[in-house]
Formats: sequence, structure tokens, C-alpha cells
Amino acid sequence: MMKLAKKDILGIEEMTADEISLILETAESFLEISTREIKKVPTLRGKSVINLFYEASTRTRTSFEIAGKRLSADTINIAASTSSAVKGETLLDTARTLEAMNPDIIVLRHSVAGTPHMLARMVKQSIINAGDGAHEHPSQALLDMMTIREKKGRIAGLKVAIVGDILHSRVARSNIYGLSRMGARVVVAGPATMMPRGIERMGVEAFTTIEDAIAGADVVMMLRIQLERQKQNIFPSLREYSHHYCLSRRHMKLTAPDAIVMHPGPINRGVEISPDIADDPACSVILDQVNHGVAVRMAMLYLLSGGNE
Amino acid sequence: MKLLLKGARVIDPAQNLDALMDVLVEGGKIAACKPGIKAPAGAKVLELSGMLVTPGLIDMHTHLREPGYEYRETIASGSAAAVAGGFTSIACMPNTLPVNDNRSVTEFILRKAAEANLANIYPIGAISMGSEGKQMTEFWDLREAGIAALSDDGNPVMDAALMRRAMEYAYSLELPVIQHCEDKNLSAGGLMNEGYQATVLGLPGIPAIAEEVMVARDILIAEYTGTRIHFAHVSTTGSVRLIRAAKKRRLKVTAETAPHYFTLTDESLRNYDTNYKVSPPLRGDADVSAIKEGLADGTLDAIACDHAPHGRTDKEVEFEYAACGISGLETSLGLSLSLVQEGILPWPELIAKMSCNPARILNLPKGTLAKGADADITVIHPDLAWSVDVAAFHSLGKNSPFSGRKLKGRAVLTIVGGDIKYDGRASQP
Amino acid sequence: MNNRPKIVMDSEGIERCLTRIAYEILEKNKGMDNLALVGIRTGGIYLALRLQKRISAIENKKIPMGILDVTLYRDDVAKTSKKAPLGKTDIPFDLTDKKVILVDDVLFTGRTIRAAMDALIDFGRPKMIQLAVLIDRGHRELPIRADYVGKNLPSSLWEAVSVNLLEKNGKDEVVIEEGS
Repeated sequence: MMKLAKKDILGIEEMTADEISLILETAESFLEISTREIKKVPTLRGKSVINLFYEASTRTRTSFEIAGKRLSADTINIAASTSSAVKGETLLDTARTLEAMNPDIIVLRHSVAGTPHMLARMVKQSIINAGDGAHEHPSQALLDMMTIREKKGRIAGLKVAIVGDILHSRVARSNIYGLSRMGARVVVAGPATMMPRGIERMGVEAFTTIEDAIAGADVVMMLRIQLERQKQNIFPSLREYSHHYCLSRRHMKLTAPDAIVMHPGPINRGVEISPDIADDPACSVILDQVNHGVAVRMAMLYLLSGGNE
Repeated sequence: MKLLLKGARVIDPAQNLDALMDVLVEGGKIAACKPGIKAPAGAKVLELSGMLVTPGLIDMHTHLREPGYEYRETIASGSAAAVAGGFTSIACMPNTLPVNDNRSVTEFILRKAAEANLANIYPIGAISMGSEGKQMTEFWDLREAGIAALSDDGNPVMDAALMRRAMEYAYSLELPVIQHCEDKNLSAGGLMNEGYQATVLGLPGIPAIAEEVMVARDILIAEYTGTRIHFAHVSTTGSVRLIRAAKKRRLKVTAETAPHYFTLTDESLRNYDTNYKVSPPLRGDADVSAIKEGLADGTLDAIACDHAPHGRTDKEVEFEYAACGISGLETSLGLSLSLVQEGILPWPELIAKMSCNPARILNLPKGTLAKGADADITVIHPDLAWSVDVAAFHSLGKNSPFSGRKLKGRAVLTIVGGDIKYDGRASQP
Repeated sequence: MNNRPKIVMDSEGIERCLTRIAYEILEKNKGMDNLALVGIRTGGIYLALRLQKRISAIENKKIPMGILDVTLYRDDVAKTSKKAPLGKTDIPFDLTDKKVILVDDVLFTGRTIRAAMDALIDFGRPKMIQLAVLIDRGHRELPIRADYVGKNLPSSLWEAVSVNLLEKNGKDEVVIEEGS
């Protein structure tokens, strides 16, 4: 018998290598369910999962919803447009309202970092962080690690380059924790305006050019550029950004020969990755990431179910 | 009423006094301060051996929330918190609703303060109308109404030209100008100190230079115009360095810091506890050391707690939407005593930073036990161990990151104008 | 009390049982047309493999075999955070209209078999499901019985019955001991 000794999954930072492996292995077993004619098992029958999204997200929300449904849980989507603060409520009021609905698991996405952590301290239900501000996005990092493991057979010893707006990226932070813990060497790259202070203390090497970062890399992970960041003057124009940071064919000569290319989606084609690379089945694993997303989220729901006795 | 305080260690930095002696209070004034005073007829005698008797403590940076935010604090509850924390006088910032930018608000505050009849309250008037940084307020009129200083508090004057004019005009009126230094463009969107901890927590950062750029600017204005400036709640290494250099050049610059800036670092935000959210934000270890050095070498003249009481709906929300500030009046002295316990400040210097220095900066006739002075006295039990219980705060603001913290030493008697306004001796273990 | 494990069936005993069951399956189903084996993780897999070998040898034709992990169908899985390691399910043939022989090592409460039947039905609509077990130790909690039994082993509820197999434990034997 094994067990994920956690009430909540709030971030990769607080997960051990064993816990990460447990989720990945469980997810690998779940992959097959999605290939069945009846893509559903009765495991979480009678359990309810609230997908509480304070920030628009079609992909992650849909993925969690499908994961819940394939496990026969009742999934309820709540698109909360305003924060508790705007309503004049405290988070505790929000927590009590949620508890009154008596769910088993709450999947929470919020634009403000730390909100899942605050809520987790207030409710007895399990909280899964589906992305909080620029902090963590554990399910994304787990599906990324699952994809790397499937394509490369391992994570330990690989060089992974993460390129783009590291400053605002929860995907980068979760992957830095997870990949480092699983034994990969992680490097990051982006313009200095997109590089958070003290990033080296997280155990990564930081570069300002894509070429320096991806040299010999086994995995290249490109981050999405939020167009509205242009207003904060962290980059002057998409044209200039893409000219210097868009992954294109010429870069693939610098990576390891069998390097894979990843992106958390949705892609700005021609901004982060050139279309010919994004659609090249020889290196692009972007669609595998989506597929693994459901399995990883099934594993998270499954392992957290049963409460924290 | 006559009061005789007997047998305590009397520390009055204004008179360079630190000795065992007695203090006699008559008619609201200090009648005598010397050893072996015989109790006159009808005097109430307080035996205070083992205690410290100091000039009434002054907190020159508080927020009393009235008018406008009475659910956070009223002038009455804030006054009660002040005397319970050992403060006989406090200055309150103008960021009320409406802003204290005109005579009627100042008069309202003073009337409420008189009704509360606990601590002396000195309103600080706004520099600009609505603290919007555009149109200067009527400094002269505000002074006549009773303000002690000028500040736009958390909406610092971003317009350097306005700041220059305000400092010149205020100087001619002998009104101190207090600046909360924060370049709002550099701090825009920020929620905590920029650095490794913010990177790990994924919270937008406020760089130290947001504070330092404005400190530097205002020092330059003070030098150019020959006027004076007081810096509120200094939090960074760079600010301390700039102020130290300015003082060395004998510019008219003074500065304060708050207990949380020498007690806590940004690492305490690891749980996203909004009680640690303050403005300026908690900084790093190096900054904490620099603040302690600044206190020790006199660069920082005063300790003021930036008392910022909040209601639950202000604090118990998402980190970004949570209000900044700590309800500090009732923990300020206890936290500051650690500076003496750690050997950073000798007793008289700590008392100076909490009494005569703020009095000097605000031109108040306070902060001394000299014969004839107002009998504002704080009696401190220096060894009393206690733990912070926010539920027992007199302040309506229960927002303190120090809840549950064990402290050593606190005020046990607060005397304002010869009257005992707080007596905590009975409730102590 | 005697706490030492007692061997109730040795290697030869297991082999003889499996040979008999193989013949019984063929006799009852009149040959191996439309027949398939499905082993339940983990003990059932090896027994099913051994039956597959025997039946294929007797009939000179390979009988299809699949593997079923029933964890996700268990009625207690969502009630506890302790989870059995999840194995892959692999049924590489269409179940529809097949006569499926479910294979497991020990038949006890019947709950595993209930879960297995539910799982099978999600994969297709078999013509018939039969059950083969090496040991039937009694104490049923559901109306389930086996079609083929290696040995009926009356046991107490507090006793533990384990089927050790060469493939996973290094030797073949059935052991009964006092439960902890």
C-alpha cells in the first residue's frame, strides 16, 4: 500500500521525488483509460469536485473536468469573476460557502499567488492548486515531467532549457522545482526584464540569449508570452521579442540531436515557436502534453481522494 | 492631585539623567525629580523599585482611521491602545475619509481626542488636497487648527516640484514635512520586497530603490532649499546610507523606522500571511542589520510603529487585495526593548528615540521630566515576560504578525498630564 | 497458539490443480472456441499465464489472455487515502461475445470478483463470465461462487492465506498463518 501523505497539492516545491514519482506512475496507468471505448471508471463515484476558477482558463479547467468525469466524480465548474475582496467578503466567508456545498476536492485557479494556500488552511477539503499567480502550476509541471519521462525514458541527467517570461511564469517555477528534484539540470533564458531576482538561488543557471540556454539541451520548454505585459515595458514589441526568442529550425542544430520541444499552450505561433517546429512530430510533443494532462489530473484527484485520515 | 513615584530608575535623555530617584507630580506638571523626595500631604505614593520611569513615550506615526473608517479604529480606541502601549502622545496621519486636508477635519480630530481624554493627539495635515499630489493644502490654516506636521503619508508626493514648494512653504511656518518614500512608478503592482523570496512566492516585487530614489530626491531638495525633511519608516540599507551621508553634511534631515523593520524579514511571508504585508515591505536580512546600525549610530532618530489597524475584511482576503499595515501601538515598546536586550542601544538611547527625539522633530513641548514640564510619564517594567494576545488589544485592529510572540518588558503605568491613564500593574502575573 | 505458517499446498499440488482446471474449462466449454482468459492483478496474472500455456498445449492453438487491474473498481478505493499500486490493464482483444474465464488466486469475500466483472463489462459485452480460482477460502460477502476451484480451504477470518508463486515470490506454495 502507498499513500500520498498530503491533504492538498499546492505546489511542487513541497513535494518529494517519491511523491512526484508516485503521481507520474499512477498517471501512466491512467493513460489507458482514455483509450477505452467507455472512457470512464467508477472510482470516484459519489465524490464531488469543484473547479473554482477565478481566472479564465479553458485548457486547465477542461482538463480537470475531463479527469474528474473519467473517474465518475461529479464535477461542478464555478467561474468566479470577482475575488472575495471585491465582494466585501473575507476568504473565510468564501471558504465557509464552499464547505457548505460539501465537495471532496476543490480545484482552485487564482490570479493572486498564495490564495490556494490560504484557502487550504481554512477548509477541511483537499485543495488542488490549478495555478496561482506567478507562483506554481503543479499539474502542468507534472504533465510536463510525465511527457519527458515518456519521450526520454528518464528525467535524471537531462538538460532542460526553459525560455521566455520567467518572471511571470508559474509553469517555470513548478518545473524548476520538479525537474531539479528529479535530477535534471535546468537552465532558464529570457531578456533581463523577464528574469526574476535571485532565480539562481532556485538552483538554475540563467542566460539572456536562447542560444546559450538551449546548447546541448535534451528538452526545450518555451513559455507563453502574455501580450499585455508589453504595457509594463518588459519587452518593446512582439516583433523584436520573436526575432530574438522564437524557437525556430536554426536553433535545433544547437540542441541535443533528439531534443524535444514543449509548450504549456496556447501557443502564439511565430512568437514563441515557429510553426514548422511546433508542428514537427519529430520534435514537438505539445499534443502529448495535452493528452498527459488528463491522466496526471486523474492521478492527482485519485490520490487525494479518501481524505486525510 | 499629587503623585510621588518612588524608587525607580529614572531615565530622561533630554536632561542626560539616568539614576535611581523619585519624581513628584503636582498640578499636572513635574514638580521635582531628585532622590529622596518626602511625600507631601495628600500625595498618592507609587512604589516603583525595579521599574523604569521615563518621559512619556511618543509615537509620531500612527493611523487612527477616524473620520471615515471607524470599523478599523476610532480616536477613542486608538487612544486607549496608545496608553496601553505606554504612549502619552501620538501623531496621526491624515489618510482618513475625508482626508485631513482642511481645518474642519483637524478640529474634528482634536475634539474627539479631547473627548477620549487619554493620550495627547497631534494631527498631521495633508500636503496636498485629498493627498492627490496636485494642489497644496492651506498649511497656515491647518497649523492654526492644530496640526503638528505635514505628510501625504502613503500617497507620497511624486511631483518633485510640488515637494519643493511644500518644503519651502512649510519651513517658513516651522511645520515639519514627513515623507513616506516610495516612487510609485517603481513600486507599481508590487506586493512585497523584490528579491529571492518574492521570486519563490511568485509575488510581484517592490524594489528597495523605490524607497531610495525618493529619499535621495528629497535630500537633494532639502539641501537646495535649505529646508528640513523627515523620512517615515525607513526600511532599506540604501536609505540608511543616504540619510547617514546627508546628516554627515549637516543637512536638516531626520528619520524614523518601525519595529517590524528591525524584527522581521521578507522570509516571514512564506505562508502568505497578510499580517506581514506592510508598506514599505519587509526587507532582507542585510536591511535588518542596516536598520539596527542606523539606530545605533543615530542615523535613525526615532522609532514609530506606523500603527495601521485594519478590519478582517481588509486583511483576510487574497494577498494582492489585502491592506498593508500592522496594529502596532501595543507591541511597539515590547519589540523595541529587544534592541536594549541585544545590546544594540543603551537604555537612554532607546528612550530618546521613543520620546525626546520625536518631540524635537515635531516641535512638541514634550519628552522630558524636567521640572515644570507636562507630567507625561511612562513606567516600564523591563523584565516582565508576556506574550502578545491580539484579542486583548485595546485597538480595534487585531492585525498583528506578532500574535503569540513572547516579549520581555512593557509599560505598566502611563501617566498623561499628571493623571494615570493606564495602569497595567494589577493585570500582570 | 501456533503462529508458524502452515503449507497447505506445495508446488506439485498447484501444478496438478492447474492441469485439472485446464481440462475442466475445456470440458465445460466444449473446446476453446470463443474462450479467453483474464487474470486479475497480481496473483491471477501468473495463474492465467500458466493456464494459457496448458490450454494452448492441449488444443494446439493459443488462447487469448488479458490482464485486469480492478483497483479503480473496488468499492473501498475512494474511502481511504491508502492506495494499492495501480497496475496497467491490458485486454488486447475484443470481449464482445467471448466466454471469459476470470482467473484469481484466492476467492474470499467476493468483492474483488465483483469489481472485476464490472470492469470487464466496461470493456465490452462478454457472452459469459466464468471464474477460476486456485483457493476458495470461504467467507463470502456477495453472492458469488467459482466455476473452477483448485482447493477448498476452510479458514478462520483471522487467518491469512497467501498463494506464493515462482514468478513473483520465488517458489510455489500456498500458506496459511495466523493473521497479525
